Amino acid sequence: MSAVATVYVPRDSSARAVGADEVADAIAAEAKRRGQPLRIVRNGSRGLAWLEPLVECAAASGRIGFGPVQPQDVAALFDAGFPDPAALHPLSIGPVEQLPYLKSQQRLTFARIGLTDPVSVEDYVGHEGFAGLRRALQMQPEAIVNEVTASGLRGRGGAAFPTGIKWQTAMRAAATPKYVVCNADEGDSGSFADRLVMESDPLVLIEGMTIAGLAVGAEMGYIYVRSEYPDSVHTLEEAMQAARAAGYLGDNILASGRRFDLEVRVGAGSYVCGEETAMLESLEGRRGIVRAKPPLPAINGLFGQPTAINNVVTLASVPIILARGASFYKDFGVGRSRGTLTVQLAGNVRHGGLIEVAFGVTLRQVLDNWGGGTASGRAVRAIQVGGPLGTYVPPSHWDTPLDYEAYAKFGGVVGHGSVVVHDDTVNLAKMARFAMHFCALESCGKCTPCRIGAVRGEEVIDKIMAGQDTERQITLLRDLCDTMVSGSLCAMGGMTPFPVLSALNHYPEDFQKGSDHASRRNPQKPAAVA
Amino acid sequence: MSTAAVDVEGAVERALERHRTRPGALLPLLHDVQHELGFIPAESVDAIARGLNLSRAEVHGVITYYTHFRQHAPAAHAVQLCQAEACQSMGAEALAAHAQSRLGCAMNSATDDGRFSLEPVYCLGLCASSPSMMIGERVYARVTPQRFDQLIGALEAGKTR
Repeated sequence: MSAVATVYVPRDSSARAVGADEVADAIAAEAKRRGQPLRIVRNGSRGLAWLEPLVECAAASGRIGFGPVQPQDVAALFDAGFPDPAALHPLSIGPVEQLPYLKSQQRLTFARIGLTDPVSVEDYVGHEGFAGLRRALQMQPEAIVNEVTASGLRGRGGAAFPTGIKWQTAMRAAATPKYVVCNADEGDSGSFADRLVMESDPLVLIEGMTIAGLAVGAEMGYIYVRSEYPDSVHTLEEAMQAARAAGYLGDNILASGRRFDLEVRVGAGSYVCGEETAMLESLEGRRGIVRAKPPLPAINGLFGQPTAINNVVTLASVPIILARGASFYKDFGVGRSRGTLTVQLAGNVRHGGLIEVAFGVTLRQVLDNWGGGTASGRAVRAIQVGGPLGTYVPPSHWDTPLDYEAYAKFGGVVGHGSVVVHDDTVNLAKMARFAMHFCALESCGKCTPCRIGAVRGEEVIDKIMAGQDTERQITLLRDLCDTMVSGSLCAMGGMTPFPVLSALNHYPEDFQKGSDHASRRNPQKPAAVA
Repeated sequence: MSTAAVDVEGAVERALERHRTRPGALLPLLHDVQHELGFIPAESVDAIARGLNLSRAEVHGVITYYTHFRQHAPAAHAVQLCQAEACQSMGAEALAAHAQSRLGCAMNSATDDGRFSLEPVYCLGLCASSPSMMIGERVYARVTPQRFDQLIGALEAGKTR
């Protein structure tokens, strides 16, 4: 080897949580011991969770991967020739981009994750970064909004509201100052796409928010990140500093005379603050209590001013739309679901991770083409799509395309695209009870159906599971769910019945007394599964 | 840690210095106070309220609304086990049972020596590597009972990483 070899070890929390820091240290120590000069880049994660820590070596033909690597593997890797990409070791997975898992995706929003150093502006620019912003700086606000509207982009946080319409409302509002707020309170179990953006390619979020600022006429943006994501906060802060130093944020963006800056605000462990009006309350320094709408936040939002509020993935999808044009983005997808969906495959699955593909893929394709079966080796029984407020999708709908309208037609929710797999040891009555329990824990308390309904829901399901007057209690549960759906102010109370009713409708056998799949099917201990 | 030993007044003053003029300053300020002291002591409420021109009720209301803000000195190592759906599908409940017996304390409580506390958390965003947990600000994924014991053992032995 002539030049100094470059080795990539991710710094994303999904890699750090399984030992990436220790692996990076071990590689540095081993290289030093052997007198081999080595450059270690802490890149983002590719989103292939089961391969983390995924170590990569730069080769002329692309990057060669090894994973999942543990510190104790490092010496043997070097013995096999590492960091020479030709090294052969049982952990070799070959050229990373040729992995079917990655090759079969259409990564637009997530095109850079894992490739770049997340906080390097130079690296970002070298991979098409800031091309969208450069173009936006040449455009009138109306033209930017029109481009986003024409792309068909809808809110990726779950509500799927057309982004262009929201921006237009904020743009047309007369009051100033205006704000851009990024909802990074990704509290839903099963979802991790926002976290991946913030930790693996934060500059794309910064670029997207800056473009939003230009479009609606805001000079200040806030990113509201949950306190459970300390790594995201640190990476964002680092990336913002780098962007400011390079002239992409601040008083005079790329010498255009335009101004935009950002501030990260950290939440404090309240799930309901993911609801946009509760988030605004929290940003203003109050309890995260939901506000009644109207007024729309786009007209009367943060500090009473016009505010464009978007989810992380939505904002991170804007740069490529501006860089390549609305029609490029719109060409992906089906029906009114344009562009790509970031499927977050999670739970009891062998190959969990981020799968960015055009809308229209089915759950069965996700399981067959990417999932690789359950982690436990048992049969899949239920899949919850769209987070804790999404439904349990029964096998009869595993061939329905993941498309907002197709899912809505059977009462399902595509939401942000999280897919949580449960094997056949799951008890759906227990999961329904958990949904009510979670709502009772996290309800902000403003409206009665949510605050009291969730508590009563938990009690009623307890009675059903105990076989007390089951038929009448089930009627009561349905009635209660109806009240919550129709009478709650926000999605917390309004959608908690979705998982509950889907469990009851599709898995009624679990609501019979003594129906405990765990005991009936004699499972292996789930925690012992590798 | 007794509250007498910590500089509550100084911590609040420093946090006010940093955040006083900022719109919506209360949460950033409370984060700073908690970062410095480990919790937000009751005796800090008055100074925070005066500093931000709020009522004590407003400040108290915010502190008690958010689960992240602690009103009492925390254990040396706050262990948070994810108990949300994705982690449940991978044995989070069994792990919680194991953790309680290993540490000898129930969920939402601390060990007698005050070294460890155990709490549920609802999602750490590591749902493709479940089950996950957080100790202090460090996250861990694919946590088996064996790995849990190793990590706790290392902390007990005083190794920090």
